[in-house]
Amino acid sequence: MSADFLYGIEVVINGMMAGVLYALVALGFVLIFKASGIFNFAQGVMALFAALTLVGIMEGQVPFSHLINAVFGTNIHNFGWEVPALLAILLTLVVMIVFAWAVQQFVFRHLVGQAPIILFMATIGLAYFLEGVGDLMWGSDIKTLALGLPQGGSIWVEDLTSGFGGADFYGFFIDKLDMVATVVAAVLVICLIIFAQYTKQGRAMRAVADDHQAALSVGISLNFIWVLVWSLAGLVALVAGIMWGAKSGVQFSLSLIALKALPVLMLGGFTSIPGAIVGGLIIGVGEKLFEYTIGAPFLGGATENWFAYMLALIFLVFRPQGLFGEKIIERV
Amino acid sequence: MLYREAGDFKTSYEADSQTFPIRFDRIGFWVIMAIAFGVIPFMINDYWANAIFVPFLIYAIAAIGLNILTGYCGQVSLGTGGFMAVGAYACYKLMTSFPDVSIIIHVILAGGITAVVGAAFGLPSLRIKGFYLAVATLAAQFFLIWLFNKVPWFYNYSASGQISAPERFVGGFAVTGANTAAPAKYLICLVFLTVCALIARNLTRGTIGRSWMAIRDMDIAAEIIGVNPLKAKLTAFAVSSFFIGIAGALFFAVYLGAVEVGEAFGIQKSFLVLFMVIIGGLGSIFGSFAGAAFLVLLPVALKVIGVDLLGWPTDLVAHLQLVIVGALIMFFLIKEPHGLAQLWRLTKEKLRLWPFPY
Amino acid sequence: MTLKTLAAMALAGAMAAGPAMAELVIPDLSYRTGPYAAGGAPFSDGYQDYFALLNARDGGIGGEPVRVIECETAYNTERGVECYEATKGEGALIYQPLSTGITYQLIPKATADGIPLHTMGYGRTSAANGEVFNWVFNYPANYWDAASVAINYLLDENGGDLSGKKIALIYHNSAYGKEPIRTLEDLAAKHGFTLSQLAVDHPGQEQKSQWLQIRRERPDYVVMWGWGVMNQVAVQEAANIGFPMENFIGNWWAGAEHDVTPAGMAANGYKSLNMNPVQDYPVLAEIKAQVHDAGNAAGDGSNLGSVLYVRGMYAAMLAAEAITNAQEIHGVAAVTPAMVRDGMEALNITEARMEKLGMAGIGPEFAVTCENHGGSGQGLLQQWNAADRVWVPLTGFITPDASVIDPLIAADSAAFAAENNITPGCM
Repeated sequence: MSADFLYGIEVVINGMMAGVLYALVALGFVLIFKASGIFNFAQGVMALFAALTLVGIMEGQVPFSHLINAVFGTNIHNFGWEVPALLAILLTLVVMIVFAWAVQQFVFRHLVGQAPIILFMATIGLAYFLEGVGDLMWGSDIKTLALGLPQGGSIWVEDLTSGFGGADFYGFFIDKLDMVATVVAAVLVICLIIFAQYTKQGRAMRAVADDHQAALSVGISLNFIWVLVWSLAGLVALVAGIMWGAKSGVQFSLSLIALKALPVLMLGGFTSIPGAIVGGLIIGVGEKLFEYTIGAPFLGGATENWFAYMLALIFLVFRPQGLFGEKIIERV
Repeated sequence: MLYREAGDFKTSYEADSQTFPIRFDRIGFWVIMAIAFGVIPFMINDYWANAIFVPFLIYAIAAIGLNILTGYCGQVSLGTGGFMAVGAYACYKLMTSFPDVSIIIHVILAGGITAVVGAAFGLPSLRIKGFYLAVATLAAQFFLIWLFNKVPWFYNYSASGQISAPERFVGGFAVTGANTAAPAKYLICLVFLTVCALIARNLTRGTIGRSWMAIRDMDIAAEIIGVNPLKAKLTAFAVSSFFIGIAGALFFAVYLGAVEVGEAFGIQKSFLVLFMVIIGGLGSIFGSFAGAAFLVLLPVALKVIGVDLLGWPTDLVAHLQLVIVGALIMFFLIKEPHGLAQLWRLTKEKLRLWPFPY
Repeated sequence: MTLKTLAAMALAGAMAAGPAMAELVIPDLSYRTGPYAAGGAPFSDGYQDYFALLNARDGGIGGEPVRVIECETAYNTERGVECYEATKGEGALIYQPLSTGITYQLIPKATADGIPLHTMGYGRTSAANGEVFNWVFNYPANYWDAASVAINYLLDENGGDLSGKKIALIYHNSAYGKEPIRTLEDLAAKHGFTLSQLAVDHPGQEQKSQWLQIRRERPDYVVMWGWGVMNQVAVQEAANIGFPMENFIGNWWAGAEHDVTPAGMAANGYKSLNMNPVQDYPVLAEIKAQVHDAGNAAGDGSNLGSVLYVRGMYAAMLAAEAITNAQEIHGVAAVTPAMVRDGMEALNITEARMEKLGMAGIGPEFAVTCENHGGSGQGLLQQWNAADRVWVPLTGFITPDASVIDPLIAADSAAFAAENNITPGCM
């Protein structure tokens, strides 16, 4: 087989891996949109905030230390202890649950029944707010996430496959972190599906997603369910934050990964969890393959950002509700 | 008492179809115009022009443009930054290719070119609706920015891809370039804004505006009563992009003088203008002004209070600024989801009965 | 710096402002928030701390206290304009915007207002031609110098011959990132290496395509023009594909501690350009003793001695030297921006002078003239030692290839002069 073709396959595999990472971010959007009709723009910032909190807790950083030092003239930075990773992840989850409760209690409880664009706008306000709080709490420098996740290309795969092509083929490159991310994403999705199908809370969540009023009338507490989905979105944000943060360090730009999730959402539909996964794969493969075959050789590169949206746009023209979205029925 | 809406009885069609049917508004309008044209130009300095007034006026034009599309026609767009870039680059190419033609004509032509591009990117709106459309317009945003960054023809093959506005004059006064006086900058933006706002106000009151609103309220129903959705949606995209293109051209030529496309017209700009429209009030020309003023003034005001008055470290102020802006947006939406324009409407209700409410 | 001391200082300042007391006003357009905060904060800390040291130790410059006005730009052009307009009325002497976008903005404005602009190692490269850009200075080196220095280093590594080699440029897809392309193309033609260009869009979180392409093409060297999150991801991805780190060279905005620490040990051996080697300068101890221990550190004081901190301090030193020069030339202590410009144009940085200031070898020796605002253009290579977490200077200062760069500068500045009706000449 020619090396170009084999490299094409490599691009596809890596595109799928990247797609899984996009899907991880998109998942958080879907959870909240399905249950409450809120298009949560703050999902990216939540990932940043969760990752910042995780690093802060692990390193025993004093929250708001810069602010405290500025106001009281003290000079504190660290508690002087280090928290093991697993405990830190649990503590971060607690923080995200408190955050979910606060969001519901102080913001969205007051906005029930508003137009979707107003809710969207409120989440943008939330994004600003959370970004500022994150900076104030943990500082705006780049933090290293020391969870000991594997990094680097897998030598094993490379050696195994290098015989497929001629001398100008070096074997497939697969990042170990991407493999871990894929496994984690798969586990996460399976857990979410099991939770949604087989637990009482999960069923209640689906009931709310289907029809708020009917759910309310059979005694499901909407407030509780909404706190629950925001907490779950917080969990997904934490996982996404860890995976992306392991690559680049935890820093502000982490919040911009939300932009990579939007075409995925468009393609997969805002209301479908499998849609987010499949959409992620299509976008990941599509943009990488386009860059490989057309973008880099003929158009000067850096085409991925807009191509992802174009691809989603073309799909939408044929299926306006996304691949797995609920069919839009309009009545006059 | 002050606001005598209830006592304004019209006896002629002319009186009924005035731009400002209420006398108080009419007087207010002329007072504001007198101050804007007659007082501010004589008092303005570089700081007030460059930090407050010029960005406010330009963003107000862009917000009016987006409000036509989103507020009147109901099509949410996140491509504003990209369309502003079209206006800016069209203006740049025109300015450098035809140096003898007046800059005013260039700006208007730039708006026209943007209108064509906007209408083309508006085509998917016939199939795609709601948030799906919002995300679809991001395709325009990213593609246009990439295009202007990649094709050297657009930036006249300069080494870094930055474009800089050469000096141009209107009636003997420089309006672009480094030696522009503050009043000249301010006035040219003000003239464009005034004309744009009047056009927008009258368009939205007329047939075409009614067809937009019919589409916004329910497109299928509108189609059944005989509104052509193709025509209505595409005209909304075109008119909206025309204003946004003008805003982009002024943003580049008059306000900044030099831009780098990804930084000046990135996705942030699209969001910023959308915030202005929502905070100001969807479907209200006044709201566009209020939203633009709010989001231009608030960061500056917070900075002045935090850094200059309280003397706090700039990074703390910058972080607190994010917290406060975010909290205020949420607070406003909870208190008044329909924006500042609705607050003004409620105030008018109160004023009408003041001081003797029932 | 605590709020109380700040308030006290503000109060003292307000009272002191009563009697006419001249101050040297130096704005610091910093960015401590937004996507590039990690790069902006240490530079600004170094810039401010050096002036604080001058105030604490010498009572300012030539007896005049220095007042630094910090203004947050968040790397945003519009906020940069606001900061410029807000500070210029205070009598600002010199601007250091630390952003290529804001620099392009300020070049015409500052020229019209008569305030000198120092864009150290960034901004508009052709501003090195002082006859066209009277008010803009980009000494000691610019991007085109950087590209040439990198290639000269590689020439040196390869015994003076790069023909047949493949070099890939991976760049931030913005004005900043595109700067070196022309120079590298000319150098490729001259030395016979092939250049491939890989653009990375802002912010640069996802670079898999680019690095897979590098893995396929196996270039001998990769040169990077990155900033912000792009740097960290690129270093990580290079390590992932097993690209030899010693053949990966970043420019001087891709060579700070925070660019390599997230990748951990994998970043060991990564090289970058620098104009200010990180060493144990005596002046750092003085800053520690007289500024930080007195509780007057800018920011949280954690950046002392890092690459970008030292660069900020170096920039402040160059500004202070220019002011000293201006005071000597004009014989007054309270200088104006125009006098500072004269001081900058007469700047002569020697080894002896740097040593006297407690920072021997912090930059190349250079002299500024009216024709040449760009300094010597020299830069050096440094290498990351991941075990000790330090940047180790690898070479001395390397001189760029003027025969390639000078014609480019002449052409670009001539185009600017023609576009803006400027008659080149000295002031």
